[in-house]
Amino acid sequence: MLPEYLAGAAWMPWAIVLPLWGALLSFLFPRRAAPIGLGVAFLTATAALAVLLQVALGGPRRYQVGGWGAPLGIDLVADGLSALMLAMTAVIGVAISIYARVYLVAAPDKVRRFWPLWMFLWAALNALFQAGDVFNLYVTLELLGLSAVALVALAGSGPALSGAMRYLLVSLFGSLAYLLGVALLYHAYGTVDLALLGERAQGGIQLAVPLGAMIAGLLLKTGLFPFHVWLPPAHGSARAPVSALLSALVVKASFYLLLRLWFTFTPAGQGLPILLGALGTAAIFWGSIQALRQRRLKLLVAYSTVAQLGYLFIAFPLAGMEPALAWGGSIYLALSHAFAKGAMFLAAGSIMTESGHDEIGELDLVVERMPLTLAAFALAGISLAGLPPSGGFVGKWMLLQAAMEQGLWGWALVLIGGGALTAAYVFRVLGFAFTTSPHRHESHSVPGTMEWTALLLALGAVLLGFVAPWALPLLDGVLP
Amino acid sequence: MSSALLFACAGLGLFVIGTWGLVLRAHLVRKVLAINIMASGVSLMLVGTGAMGAGEVDPVPQAMVITGIVVTISATALALALLLRLAHATGRPTLPEDRERDLMDEEGR
Repeated sequence: MLPEYLAGAAWMPWAIVLPLWGALLSFLFPRRAAPIGLGVAFLTATAALAVLLQVALGGPRRYQVGGWGAPLGIDLVADGLSALMLAMTAVIGVAISIYARVYLVAAPDKVRRFWPLWMFLWAALNALFQAGDVFNLYVTLELLGLSAVALVALAGSGPALSGAMRYLLVSLFGSLAYLLGVALLYHAYGTVDLALLGERAQGGIQLAVPLGAMIAGLLLKTGLFPFHVWLPPAHGSARAPVSALLSALVVKASFYLLLRLWFTFTPAGQGLPILLGALGTAAIFWGSIQALRQRRLKLLVAYSTVAQLGYLFIAFPLAGMEPALAWGGSIYLALSHAFAKGAMFLAAGSIMTESGHDEIGELDLVVERMPLTLAAFALAGISLAGLPPSGGFVGKWMLLQAAMEQGLWGWALVLIGGGALTAAYVFRVLGFAFTTSPHRHESHSVPGTMEWTALLLALGAVLLGFVAPWALPLLDGVLP
Repeated sequence: MSSALLFACAGLGLFVIGTWGLVLRAHLVRKVLAINIMASGVSLMLVGTGAMGAGEVDPVPQAMVITGIVVTISATALALALLLRLAHATGRPTLPEDRERDLMDEEGR
């Protein structure tokens, strides 16, 4: 189907090296940062999608960087889960890059800072999804955290700076707890390679302590309730493209790592899964209620992220008898949340550019001025609430099936109740968008590119529901 | 008690002390210092546990510590730069929620 030199090429390291080059070049040539960044974004996405094709056609792959094998060298590993995450980052990364190119025209001083940081962030994401040992995962986690914090601080306002500072402290604390776990794991089993660790680890206290430290650190970085307090200020005060990539991609990276650890070690016992599920439930309700109470649109969308992250953790208590349904549903929900939340933050950014503010009560018939943006917001809302035929529906339906086949009605109720709350806060925004406000507002024109990228991402979230039959089989062999 | 075990335990102790400072201190310079102490603690633990086995010392943890030091230096540089900007923008070297309190003493305000 493909020529041999393309099908067999080493796309895995390219997906990391290309954005690194992009970062350096756009830093060295600040006047051309935007064209360089956008060009590299397309190349990186091509490499990432090529990895997806390679994995889909030829199964999991392993690549020895520089020809040095483990244990001394660094091995890159890509299986179905990594490939799906790489592809998600590729599509959303390109959309956000196109949006940012237009969005940042109004702020020329931000352009030369945004592109190098965003390219570093992308390189860190691609490296994290392909890392094959727990120590490299630590390094990529730190690269990711540092570039994400710097991107939040880009906005330069007081709230954004304190949001970034809090995010940095939480992120470093989380990574250090993770590194502590790595140290203990290495001491106990003499390796950092994930596959070898999975073979050697046999449970007991010498696995429980390091795994506990690592999971706690990652929960902190993922922003699961009650560790979410840093998330809304950081995501809500950043620039629109930055908020979109934080909510869509960055929190998924630590969740991916959590899943990876869980699949490698498959911890025994019922206590921890139920605890994670309970925290997820609390996140769904607390996040949704806070979202309903917010007056600013971007904070509403940020609290919605807190709630939707809760859903991902409902899979832990459901995985007992139905691992394929529960984990598949959770991963699919993560993918479609990335598309929907990216679209929502981009739409919020367009609304903020148009009217100069993001007060929900003052949206003032914005639907007449920006029908495409409102359509993007509504379609993303459909996927978040889990209405058919969206990707969110497929994920929630699989979780619901897993709950019902085991007779765990409580978790099923949580899933349904959370969906209703999501619909409530989405319709609250739509309601104000369709009514006039008593105050007069300024109005700026918004480039069509910004409106269309948000709409296409939202359409992607809906269309994900149709590609499930091809995407889900990739996970065979990855799930425990 | 072997010296390697002593190092590892001291590392764990530093980690706990750093956590304490990070959570309870309000002044951001103290928080950044606390992070550094935690990072040193983890490094000490890596080196200590690496030297615990019989025979020669395992070099892999030392390579990890060197990488960890590079990461900590970059993180500290970013944190200090951010701290300067924050103090400049808001006039106070603390996070908004910590303005009114320092959980350890009165001087930290």
